[in-house]
Amino acid sequence: MKGWFNRLKDGLSRSSTKLKSGVGGLLTKRKLDDETLEALEEVLIASDLGVSCAAKLAQALANKRFGTEVPELEARAVLAEAAAEILAPVAKPFTVDGAHKPHVALVCGVNGSGKTTTIGKMAKQLGDDGLSVMIAACDTFRAAAVEQLAKWAERAGCPMVSGAPGADAAGLAFEALEKAKAEGVDVLMIDTAGRLHNKTGLMEELQKMVRVLKKLDPAAPHDCLLVLEATVGQNAHNQVETFKEMVDVSGLIMTKLDGAAKGGVVVALAERFGLPMHAVGVGEALEDLRPFDAHVFARSLMGLED
Amino acid sequence: MFDSLSERLGNILDKLRKRGALSEADVGEALREVRVALLEADVALPVVKDFISAVKERAVGAEVLRSVTPGQMVVKIVHDHLVEMLGPEESHVNLAGTPPVAILMVGLQGSGKTTTSAKLGLRLKNRDKKKVLMASLDVYRPAAQQQLAVLGEQTEIATLPAVLGEQPLAIAKRAMTTARREGVDVVILDTAGRLHIDEEMMAEARAVKKAAKPTETLLVADAMTGQDAVNMAKEFNEKVGITGIALTRVDGDSRGGAALSMRAVTGCPIKLMGVGEKLDEIESFHGERIAGRILGMGDVIGLVEKAAETIEKEDAEKMTAKMLKGKFTLEDMSVQLSQLRKMGSLDGLLGMIPGISKMKKEIAEANIDDKMIARQQAIIQSMTPEERRNAKVLNGSRRRRIAAGSGGTVQDVNRLLKQYKQMAGMMKKMGKRGKKGMGRGGMQGMMPPPGFPR
Repeated sequence: MKGWFNRLKDGLSRSSTKLKSGVGGLLTKRKLDDETLEALEEVLIASDLGVSCAAKLAQALANKRFGTEVPELEARAVLAEAAAEILAPVAKPFTVDGAHKPHVALVCGVNGSGKTTTIGKMAKQLGDDGLSVMIAACDTFRAAAVEQLAKWAERAGCPMVSGAPGADAAGLAFEALEKAKAEGVDVLMIDTAGRLHNKTGLMEELQKMVRVLKKLDPAAPHDCLLVLEATVGQNAHNQVETFKEMVDVSGLIMTKLDGAAKGGVVVALAERFGLPMHAVGVGEALEDLRPFDAHVFARSLMGLED
Repeated sequence: MFDSLSERLGNILDKLRKRGALSEADVGEALREVRVALLEADVALPVVKDFISAVKERAVGAEVLRSVTPGQMVVKIVHDHLVEMLGPEESHVNLAGTPPVAILMVGLQGSGKTTTSAKLGLRLKNRDKKKVLMASLDVYRPAAQQQLAVLGEQTEIATLPAVLGEQPLAIAKRAMTTARREGVDVVILDTAGRLHIDEEMMAEARAVKKAAKPTETLLVADAMTGQDAVNMAKEFNEKVGITGIALTRVDGDSRGGAALSMRAVTGCPIKLMGVGEKLDEIESFHGERIAGRILGMGDVIGLVEKAAETIEKEDAEKMTAKMLKGKFTLEDMSVQLSQLRKMGSLDGLLGMIPGISKMKKEIAEANIDDKMIARQQAIIQSMTPEERRNAKVLNGSRRRRIAAGSGGTVQDVNRLLKQYKQMAGMMKKMGKRGKKGMGRGGMQGMMPPPGFPR
């Protein structure tokens, strides 16, 4: 089996091929002037960094090297460094606070971002670390969401609390926390239905879940994780902004980084919101959820070996 | 930050308006802003470049009509070109062939294939009166087949029973045989999500396609997709071959630039849009609407359609007659508020109005929300019929009674009355202008003025 770095790099190098050739093509040929910088900016934009963030990174390169002949590799390294500098403060692995029994993690996000799969992987890993995990299947809306999570729970070997389809998600979350408390479980992972952040009613439903949890434990949920997928574009800004405002998101997880999409928006998100980036999903297997490493991510994004 | 698009376009417009004549420099400046706007809308870079150069060609030297400002002219050219690139309206799902015909659904993980399959099935069943069979070829994701089966139950559409261990190609073949035997018109083949860089999985999709010979291969893609949309669509088109695109989560607040990228790179029309979580919330593609969104100009058509759907014609006619007489009572106001509530959440509605992003902050401050409308209605409902018909009788003691009855304060009642007076004044003016102004004025009257306190 490949190590996780190689998996991540495989995924990212596929995605950064274009970026690499783009930057390389630019810089081996000419001096770093305005035109080169603009083209460079565009290459960064193509990785979903966003217009202003791309401009900022390009500026960092310009400040150091403007008007000089810059070898391709060096230019890439400078860009990676600038990106890593932004990402480093937010690279914080997901940790369980032993003081809470259980440590409650509410997992939310838009439809299809990979919440259920992420919970499955996290439950398995936390279990492997010797923690007792319970899963609450609070996506009572999507057809067969409970069954999907049940399969993951089975693989992870942890108990799952579920209700009837269409049941009140907040009520179910309450029940799950009650049960987790009674059984002295270490971690309670709560899966929620995917919801678009601009649907006020659905967001209020999520707020209700938080409110209800607080009745049993005023500090709960101790973590509110927002799952983003790597293919997402600039809409990620709206997603983070709204979820953060509504349910006080405490950290981010980015899924599907094994694809060709770059997830470059993470850089812009780190700069704007400063929310911890806990983990990245790099495949469909149980072990394919890894802690986020700013250095590796940035270097890989620029097509560089670590 | 990301609402700056319409603001920017607004700024360009203002600038050009001041300058008067349209020059090449103006066009250039405007298009630089349009470029940023498109990129922020997640339109892929190569597509943006082509777009800008095409628009430049059309705009420079284009005659500015006397009736419009140069700024409006540029925006119109940009908009028209965008609509043109997005393709014709209502590109129908192709079912031409000897039944059973197959529709193959492909796409990345989590793009919404299964839900779209069920929505499409329901639409074909209800609108086109087709007998539909759905089959899940997703043997990888846990409970994926079960998901389609549940959706089949909800929509009362037959699904192919799953056989443990059967591989996708075999399932597709069995689906077609079953369909032939049972006289099914359309078979919807829902495949597993796959990465376009996964050669093995792409080969599997190719094999399924070869066996089922679908009349449509629809790429299901999330409207929130970023720059990779262009590569993704290109790869799916080259490796599997697609005939159309189904855009999902159009009810989100993404600008949907991915639609333009995918349309441009594949040449395939966008045939369907998912616009909600309910299974009947699927629509034909409207280039105009998506163009408006990409440019941040709002979904005017959607708003008008929604208004036409929900506002009863009779009510509207009665209202017109009253307005023509210059009479507008609190009862009428209550009717308008009900209509407004019927049209759905105010958030959704506001998103459809052009230029509203410019006012978003003010709206947030004014706290205009669905609850506010409910409260206002509660105040009106706490009045006697006489008071509703003649607001002049509302003295201090009556106002105190109404406030207590509606669970608010006298200030709330006063605010409502102030708004009522504004609306009544507006109606009076319109009545003088005659019937012509009804459509627009009616909508304006229904919207609380910006900055109106709660």
